[in-house]
Amino acid sequence: MSAPSPPPPARFRLPLAGYLIVLVGICWREGLRFLNQRGRFLSALVRPLVWLFIFAAGFRSVLGVSIIPPYETYVLYEVYVTPGLVAMIQLFNGLQSSLSMVHDREVGAMRILLVSPYPRWYLLVCKLIAGICVSLLQVYAFLAVAWFWEVELPPIGYFTVIPALLLTGLMLGAMGLLMSSLFRQMENFASVMNFVIFPMFFASSALYPLWRVQESSLALWWICTLNPFTYAVELIRFALYGQFAPLPALVVAGCAMVFLAASILAYDPSAGVMARRGGPENAK
Amino acid sequence: MTARSRDIPPLQALDAGVAALDVRGVSHVFGARKALDDVSLDVPAGSFTALLGPNGAGKTTLFSLITRLYDNRSGVIHVLGFDVRRQPAAALSRLGVVFQARTLDLELSVLDNLLYHATLHGVGFHAGRQRALALLEQDGLADRARDKVRNLSGGQMRRVEIVRALMHRPRLLLLDEPTVGLDIASRAALVAQVRALVANEGIGVLWATHIIEEIAPGDRVVVLHRGRVRANGTYEGMLAQTGGEDLSAAFLRLVDDTGESAA
Repeated sequence: MSAPSPPPPARFRLPLAGYLIVLVGICWREGLRFLNQRGRFLSALVRPLVWLFIFAAGFRSVLGVSIIPPYETYVLYEVYVTPGLVAMIQLFNGLQSSLSMVHDREVGAMRILLVSPYPRWYLLVCKLIAGICVSLLQVYAFLAVAWFWEVELPPIGYFTVIPALLLTGLMLGAMGLLMSSLFRQMENFASVMNFVIFPMFFASSALYPLWRVQESSLALWWICTLNPFTYAVELIRFALYGQFAPLPALVVAGCAMVFLAASILAYDPSAGVMARRGGPENAK
Repeated sequence: MTARSRDIPPLQALDAGVAALDVRGVSHVFGARKALDDVSLDVPAGSFTALLGPNGAGKTTLFSLITRLYDNRSGVIHVLGFDVRRQPAAALSRLGVVFQARTLDLELSVLDNLLYHATLHGVGFHAGRQRALALLEQDGLADRARDKVRNLSGGQMRRVEIVRALMHRPRLLLLDEPTVGLDIASRAALVAQVRALVANEGIGVLWATHIIEEIAPGDRVVVLHRGRVRANGTYEGMLAQTGGEDLSAAFLRLVDDTGESAA
């Protein structure tokens, strides 16, 4: 009953249209899940609003922000923290969608994605794009509420921020993806969120301009300067005022590429952590 | 043994005469533990092949290698003549899988789960919807298409998972202990559903299980134990080989070195 030795098969190529179908399908499912989880949307909206309504209002009188680019006049503290809060939304979203990937892997749903015949790197990129689309919805919902709170940006800013958001979303999403490949269980991952989100957020230019940090602590200033999240915040800040910031754009793009390449490698069956840390208990 | 249906999909014409699955000399280690040791087996097109083994025999590891969740470092695996390592896209597009763990999205409807899977295989929404509704109709689940998966019974979820695995018209279907946790009636329905696929559509099936009752005369049987193939042949051949009066006695004889029981 031995099998006949297989004849040399014809060359096989996946149809190009299929790539588009895969992308649309993954985004569509992410959208459905997002609509199903109203709590997630609500908390994504409430979190930055709490910062804006309470924290920023309280610190308005304590922290004066002088005129630094891209601002042309003195700005309220609420206005100063808005870009940082936009980046925070994306940070949370990026880590949350990778958290759902860890969960998917634990319950096995991840395997459905990975048995698709399309290349694994492409599936992961599609997953990232879907996450970025969701984060855009969250950001615009936040900006709309902020507008009523007198955080009014130049109208053009609402458009020019889109490319910046795509890039920062890619960086933060890829970072989450990389982290999701490194943790086997949700529990580990949840604690890492604490160790990643808060330090990244606080040690950046999101809440205070870097020159003020430099006045108080040179060490902290260095940490903020080396933190990629700082550049994500600055890229968004300038873009919200219709300006392009070359250095932040370069840093964010560079980090995005590094994180993306590393996570693709981590999910590659022949090279990645999947094989090395594998075991039946992890394979389900 | 094989009764091919009349509407032959284009892939099938190319597949004639090639084994649905051909595993040759595959080994796999996790750290120091050898999960698979020089495993060879094949699933001819249009056959029902049972992969019989106690828990921990290496069945799930073998499935992970065939579906390329891990890379096989030694040996070769061909799906319909395509090497999963060298031509993963061609191999995976001919392969349908039902994993041991439940992998449906509980919050989405049955139809949405099926459509998502279809898009992952490059099948568009329109074609996917038609295929899904036809398969659900065949399986008597059409009235549940819009229900959330959460509201289905365990047996229905499994049947939906089989429907999902068939969405992209695979020629090889892998099932990893699909009947675990099901009652006797659902188990029988599931086995019947898969046997009908073999008989009517000529799909090759590899059915991993540790439940002897799911195997019927005429099936091909591969016994896997502690990562090694202990027997490979037909139901009848295995009985003759071990001199056992029934299959469970034969099976116990093949794996009795550990004292593990089969069921």
